[in-house]
Amino acid sequence: MNFPDNLKYTKDHEWVLVNGETATIGITEFAQGELGDIVYVEIETVGEELGQHDVFGTVEAVKTVSDLFMPVTGVVLEKNPAIDANPESVNKDPYGEGWMIKVAIANPSELAGLMSAADYKAMIGQ
Amino acid sequence: MDAAADTLKNTALLEKHIALGAKIVPFAGYNMPVSYSGLNDEHLTVRNAVGVFDVSHMGEFILKGDKALDLIQLVTSNDASALTDGRVQYSCLPNGKGGIVDDLLVYRIDGKTYMLVVNASNIEKDWNWISKHNNFGVDMKDISDRTSLLAVQGPKATDTLQKLTDISLADIPYYHFKKGKFAGEENIVISNTGYTGAGGFEIYFDNNLASKIWDAVFAAGAEFGIKPVGLGARDTLRLEMGFCLYGNDIDDTTSPIEAGLGWITKFNKEFTDKALLSEQKEKGVSRKLVGFEMIDRGIPRHDYEIADAAGNIIGKVTSGTQSPSLQKGIGMGYVQTTFSKPETEIFIKIRDKALKAKVAKIPFYKK
Repeated sequence: MNFPDNLKYTKDHEWVLVNGETATIGITEFAQGELGDIVYVEIETVGEELGQHDVFGTVEAVKTVSDLFMPVTGVVLEKNPAIDANPESVNKDPYGEGWMIKVAIANPSELAGLMSAADYKAMIGQ
Repeated sequence: MDAAADTLKNTALLEKHIALGAKIVPFAGYNMPVSYSGLNDEHLTVRNAVGVFDVSHMGEFILKGDKALDLIQLVTSNDASALTDGRVQYSCLPNGKGGIVDDLLVYRIDGKTYMLVVNASNIEKDWNWISKHNNFGVDMKDISDRTSLLAVQGPKATDTLQKLTDISLADIPYYHFKKGKFAGEENIVISNTGYTGAGGFEIYFDNNLASKIWDAVFAAGAEFGIKPVGLGARDTLRLEMGFCLYGNDIDDTTSPIEAGLGWITKFNKEFTDKALLSEQKEKGVSRKLVGFEMIDRGIPRHDYEIADAAGNIIGKVTSGTQSPSLQKGIGMGYVQTTFSKPETEIFIKIRDKALKAKVAKIPFYKK
């Protein structure tokens, strides 16, 4: 399984790509594999300011449903506009076409608490 | 591995599943494959070609004796006297309080020998229940631990399996079986049954043949794109057909009449709960199990509440999924009888929303 070194990770299986004051967020390859075939990604929090660990959306797979959690505090700037029509992109390309939201990072100090790829791999036993 | 995992049983084919990259989960006391290539892919393989399920966790009891039929008639709801040699019947075990101990298949091997096939999670419970009613001197054997079961399902199942036997599979009608030579081995039960609505057979044999038969079936089906299929797709396939799953749609608190199983509840014989169920059938029941499909976008799941347009709770979802064949949310659940007619608008409470759905006729999926 692939866990790019340039991303940061959470215990809830989200990844974070930091680009200046903005973070792009999705779920990891491990998470998409555990969920199985993804049917909908429901994100209705665009424009809202959410705290770290708040729910920003929900991912519905055929067999299961899972909440999506904010890795950091911030305003949800946008969601992936292609994800409604193409939710399977989360299965096929979780770090690329399957990205979920972009967030304006409110508290950069929270980034230090996120996991490295190595720490995340250790957590999931890879 | 936690303590509970240590006590899980394995089917004779666990190593095969692991080698095929299956995701293994604990289910009904067994380590079972839940998926291999992906649920949708496995599901559509069964609908369009042929797939193989290892369902060796299922329980099998052999009942033998002059009065075997009397015992079966007493404990089951369907009329087993209608069976002839080589026929199978879907039935259930009423629990004496209007609920269901389990649902099962009854195989008539001969006039004095029957095989009952029960759910893995209920093997012990069913055994105790039937034993308790065995005042007939019937010899009972639990052969679950030494019996393997493969369900080979899909439109290419017959073509696949016919390569492995001289028994004409086209001459085994639905809910019939034959015992004979298969893949070079004797005494294999070949049953035209399944839990998918896709057609195909279920094959029963001793554990020591499991590896050989598994390999033979996959070799025979290679030209049709045969694939292994896990419990995940087994659930979506059965739900598209509106087949009940014990523990979800039926259990010790639901009656066969409420569950739409009146067709396997026959009042021309004596059996457990006959009077109670007969009264329910005549007077009607206050809730019924219905199928429904989503109108709004959403996926119903077990235990979600069902509401009417005014927001009153009228029932609960017992099974739900995104249908891989129909590409929409489908489910089953109990609703107040006044809401049970097809096309009735109902609302499924999914997180903080009430999403529109309508009562639908089952099966959801039609060929």
